[in-house]
Amino acid sequence: MAEQLALLPEYLSAHVQLTLLALLCSAALSLPLGIAVTRVRWLEQPVLGLAAVIQTIPSLALLAVMVPLLASMRLQSIGFLPAFIGLTLYGVLPILRNTVTGIAGVDPALREAARGVGMTSRQQLWRVELPLALPVIVAGLRTATVWTVGIATLSTPVGATSLGNYIFSGLQTRNYAAVLVGCLASAGLAMVLDGLVRTVEVGLRTRRRRLVGAAATVTAGLYLYTVVTLAAPLFSDAARPVMVGAKGFTEQYILASLLDQWVERETGRPAAQMQSLGSTVAFDALAAGDIDIYVDYSGTLWAHLMGRTTVGGDRATVLAEVRAFLAEQHGIEVVATLGFENAYAVAARTADAETMGWTRISDLVPLGPTLSMGGDFEFFSRPEWTSIRDTYGLTLSNQRTMDAALMYEAIAEGAVDLISAYTTDGRISAYDLRVLEDDRGAIPPYDAVVLVGARLVRDWPDVLAALRQLDGAIDAETMRTMNLQVDVEGADPTTVATAFIDNWTATP
Amino acid sequence: MIELQHLTKQYGDQVAVRDLSLEVGDGELLVLLGGSGCGKTTTLKMINRLVEPSAGVVRVGGDDVSQLAPHELRRRVGYAFQQVGLFPHMTVGDNIGITPTLLGWSPDAIRRRVDELLTLVELDPDTIRDRDPAQLSGGQQQRVGVARALAAKPRVMLLDEPFGALDPLTRGRLQDSFIRIRRDLGVTAVFVTHDMVEALRLGDRIAVLDKGRLVQIGTPRTLMREPADDSVRQLLDTPRREARLVDDLLSDGTGT
Repeated sequence: MAEQLALLPEYLSAHVQLTLLALLCSAALSLPLGIAVTRVRWLEQPVLGLAAVIQTIPSLALLAVMVPLLASMRLQSIGFLPAFIGLTLYGVLPILRNTVTGIAGVDPALREAARGVGMTSRQQLWRVELPLALPVIVAGLRTATVWTVGIATLSTPVGATSLGNYIFSGLQTRNYAAVLVGCLASAGLAMVLDGLVRTVEVGLRTRRRRLVGAAATVTAGLYLYTVVTLAAPLFSDAARPVMVGAKGFTEQYILASLLDQWVERETGRPAAQMQSLGSTVAFDALAAGDIDIYVDYSGTLWAHLMGRTTVGGDRATVLAEVRAFLAEQHGIEVVATLGFENAYAVAARTADAETMGWTRISDLVPLGPTLSMGGDFEFFSRPEWTSIRDTYGLTLSNQRTMDAALMYEAIAEGAVDLISAYTTDGRISAYDLRVLEDDRGAIPPYDAVVLVGARLVRDWPDVLAALRQLDGAIDAETMRTMNLQVDVEGADPTTVATAFIDNWTATP
Repeated sequence: MIELQHLTKQYGDQVAVRDLSLEVGDGELLVLLGGSGCGKTTTLKMINRLVEPSAGVVRVGGDDVSQLAPHELRRRVGYAFQQVGLFPHMTVGDNIGITPTLLGWSPDAIRRRVDELLTLVELDPDTIRDRDPAQLSGGQQQRVGVARALAAKPRVMLLDEPFGALDPLTRGRLQDSFIRIRRDLGVTAVFVTHDMVEALRLGDRIAVLDKGRLVQIGTPRTLMREPADDSVRQLLDTPRREARLVDDLLSDGTGT
């Protein structure tokens, strides 16, 4: 718990930055737009319709779709910007809708009275319509505030630090203390910000200047803090840290921490991590220079990036082709091969395998139509699955997509008969599963490789040299043990990585 | 002071006011009298351009109002609404001072004017000034409404059934106050009502409207003596008819 709380200032501060700036921009967009809509009636349907459509996009998807969109415009596509834009769009509807409703709801008799006493249309708006619509507008602002704080936790997969870092990594590594800290902190933040908006409104409505002043001062202070902390890196001379990326599963958290610590130890350069990135987001981030290092797998790059649909032969061949492709197309270097494969595999309960006599995937084919299989979010849409299905002629009764962390629970409880396991996953033995042999070579090799971006290659030869030392440092058994320590025994990924380095450097 | 020339207002096929011409002299109070939907309120609102006429000309103090900016015109013409229309988010004082505020008077001058007007409409400035409109009774609100209409010292005042929603006793007291205020200020006014007694008490002249047309215009005495047609006769006979009804009831009660 203590090590989780130590991360709170960083995560909370990033969360506040994101939320406050996004809310400010949501309000700056939707208030004038809402006012315009009440003046130009034909705008109402298209504008509110568009805002509603944005709202129906699932929030995680809205944030994720910003990544390729921004990349196509050659803007920062990972980190603060995509999260900020997504959140801003999300906050527009509640404020916009309530502005329109609030102004439209002003008693027509009062509107006529405003004209009757000699107000211009602008004075009518500022002196009568907006003050009377204020409670409704503020209600919209409060809705937007609470939503934005909540949805900001989904910024983690697009590379923006937030309280979501607790939740994403906590769920993957079964660290429920971290999940709890993340949830409580974001709920607390939502309540504080909501209370602040409410206080301003009550103060305005009851004409208590001192109350408004106090709440406005706190708000202004928060914004000042946000702007200063966001702008500080732009003016500081400190070297940018070496950024290590991690996708959102246990092995990646351990390896990112390991690389982070290793670089700091060997070169003395500060290093930092960007965690829980989406699978393709991580590669894009490396190509764009938002991160400098991360670990990927040769088979994943082969299938996804190079678009190969065939299984490309042995480990060495695939590795060589991937290496050449990355260097030519993206200026990315494969600096080390860690020494283990984390392949997709088909796993069954050991008890079933023994009863049925399953040792190979071929053995499943006759019973296929009676079996159900669980896969992670990607598996059934990946070329590996197509390859398994077509190579073996395997048909199943049911394919269910679920979170990787829950997949193991599902097979243990008998909800599915097979799962798409990862070969280095500690949970294979922990849950008493058996990996079935890919006897017809349908699954490509998945060598874990350390990738580095063009800038690191150019600017930081010492980091490059340090990383080269890791070539062949981790075998499959070691990786499986480390994963097991986190997933099953509840150890912290950082602690596991530290232990590995200590142990590895101690043995000559 | 006010001239209406061939004023017409159409909403689609519906004619609300048809070819209406009349004049209101300086310091005169003209009552527009008629039943619901006769076009009296529409006529009133065309004078300060809350409603734009379909045809015809309105002159206030000699100026064609279509040539004035609407908000400038309305700051020169006091308006008291049937629903009062006090702004609920402002104090009574701020409501009364709104037109002077829009005209850029100094805060001091506004404060003095507000107190003067509250006294004029027989409310105590010190207890009423800083209250919210919602804290006042209906009669008090309507007094404030009249004060607001008078705030910028207009020479012309328009009143749209200002006492219509009040109980008879309160209405009577407000009429008394209004007669006195008008005598003190000598302001020109157009007063819309459907209440015969009110029309007879307040009006220097009465214009009877029916289905958007001016049926007859004249002093109360002229209308009583020489009604233009049966409808005017019946309308003017209402107070007497009501009084007879009351008499009958009384004699019935004492006779047996």
